[in-house]
Amino acid sequence: MTDTYVASPDDFTFAPDSLKTSQNIEAVIGVKHENLKKFFARKMNILGVILVTVLILLSIIGPYISGHKFDEQNLERVNMAPRIPGLEKLGIFDGSEVVPKTKGTVKQNKYKEYSAENEYYFFGTDNLGRDMFSRCFMGLRISLLIAFIATVIDLIIGMNYGIISGYFGGTIDIIMQRVIDVIGSIPTLVVVTILMLVLQPGFLTIILALMLTGWIEMSLVARSQVLKVKEMEFIQAARTMGAGHAYIIFRELVPNIIGKLITQIMLSIPGAVFLEAFLSFVGLGMPVEKCSLGTLLSNGFENALLHPYKLIPAATLMIMLMVGCHLIAEGMKKLDE
Amino acid sequence: MARYILKRFLISIVTLLVIILVLFLMLEIMPGSPFNDEKLSEEQVAVLYQKYSLDQPIMVRFIKYVGNVCKGDFGVSYSLSENTPISSMLKRRVPVTFKIGLLSMVFGTATGLLLGLISAFMKNKIVDFIYNILTIIGIAVPSYLIAMFLSYYFGFKIPFLALLYDIRSPMYSSVIPIISMGFIVMAVVARFCKAEASDVMQSDYVLFAKCQGLSSSTIIVKYVLRNSLMPVITVIATLLVGVLTGSLVIEEMFSIPGIGNLLTRAIAANDYNVVIGLSFIYSALYIIVMFILDIVYCIIDPRVRLTSKEG
Repeated sequence: MTDTYVASPDDFTFAPDSLKTSQNIEAVIGVKHENLKKFFARKMNILGVILVTVLILLSIIGPYISGHKFDEQNLERVNMAPRIPGLEKLGIFDGSEVVPKTKGTVKQNKYKEYSAENEYYFFGTDNLGRDMFSRCFMGLRISLLIAFIATVIDLIIGMNYGIISGYFGGTIDIIMQRVIDVIGSIPTLVVVTILMLVLQPGFLTIILALMLTGWIEMSLVARSQVLKVKEMEFIQAARTMGAGHAYIIFRELVPNIIGKLITQIMLSIPGAVFLEAFLSFVGLGMPVEKCSLGTLLSNGFENALLHPYKLIPAATLMIMLMVGCHLIAEGMKKLDE
Repeated sequence: MARYILKRFLISIVTLLVIILVLFLMLEIMPGSPFNDEKLSEEQVAVLYQKYSLDQPIMVRFIKYVGNVCKGDFGVSYSLSENTPISSMLKRRVPVTFKIGLLSMVFGTATGLLLGLISAFMKNKIVDFIYNILTIIGIAVPSYLIAMFLSYYFGFKIPFLALLYDIRSPMYSSVIPIISMGFIVMAVVARFCKAEASDVMQSDYVLFAKCQGLSSSTIIVKYVLRNSLMPVITVIATLLVGVLTGSLVIEEMFSIPGIGNLLTRAIAANDYNVVIGLSFIYSALYIIVMFILDIVYCIIDPRVRLTSKEG
């Protein structure tokens, strides 16, 4: 048996103030600046950031631009084609559309039929005469809101679960991972359908569904990062200096794994928008009068062959959002390599 | 190895049992019953409950159900198509979903591998451009939008493809569904394959092979393909599950008589047994694919075997 040396407080002295300068902090900030520079050096990343920013701005101001409220029905302005001031002189977006009939096609202009020569519906109107322009951006707003709230909740649950599981390890880790194995093996589709059966379809239910299925991925990412960072010297150093678990987790671990989690968020948001659209499609999504991108898409589908303009704006917004988020996530992944 | 497989197998079984139990509990607290017909009096409903032994405690039903599932009996449908055994409903529908899912996997994987490998080996601006466009579309555009686009242009404007599923010509009428579901598979496989191939190309053993003076075609076939295709198997398996469970919307759109279509109708009709049966099928599918994947991966990649022995 060898004697184990027991450290006493006398063995340590506090570091002089000269060593506590902001040098280290500057170094950290320097790295962040470097990363930002690198991030914006790639054109695709800039494009992604622009797309997402523009969409967020539009979702805020979009519903008020056209002067028509998103849920204002007007049965005398039904199924109008898009008409945009300025562009109409070029012969496009002048409110006319070619409608296929049983015998050949007919070119019609509803603005003339309704004698609404002075009115403009930028994206046209739907089958209840609601302005598609306001509806699209309102839908975008609701979809973004759903995705954002769900992802933040995912982050909170997933991060805590992953950190606890990865940091404490041992039996706790094994049990927590087995639980994830079981929960993770239930397909999202099944979870969502069952949930929709039990609860009424709507805003909160969709968020709950997204939350129940999304946190697992987040916790796996957090855990793998924790396992990597946990063994590093600065954690050991903090531990030797007598830091408690809470201090190590929140001051040392979290700042070092948050980058990877943000990348995961950028991937989760389009996933959430996707799932929301899917739910609306199957008829389990938002109520129609409270539009979201999903309900707009599924409404557009119903007569997309007759009036394709009903589908295109919502579809374009959705694709822009997807592409934007993916480009940003991609750029952040490249940054880590 | 055997221990590892046994462990995985036990986890899978437990998971399936948990899923059935959760489904049972969920449906227990669900509003409404399969006999929502207002014409039925309370006594009649009670008789129906007794007939289908719904009046027994939930644990008794659960154990009975698990026993029956082991024999391949999922019970009968209550309201959707009365008293038809669910197993016979599934027998007609599962092959349809499977066939379309597998075909779109084959389409997606083949084109994805081709695209990924071409863009990995050919440093060419046009190839890169096509690769970027196709992968971004595949990942960012939902399959139903692609389906809508395809059916608008190739089914409606220039009508040479079918707009709806037709039992008489299942192949021809499922071209659009297959392509639109295969798109995401193509994009993911292509990106994965390109990343892997580029990694392998930069590895030491490929450099060594080059130094030995091997021709580039030998290097690509013997070294790069072999080593970069193995990891692709992992994504293919997860994608397969995604395609099979995600075909719901496409099945709705083209009125394909598959299980996705049945699930939506069963939910609307409160048909407990059908919902449980289908959810079970979906979950089992997922778990079986993951189980097989783990074993296959364990066989081809010795590193997994070694780490699992330690663990």
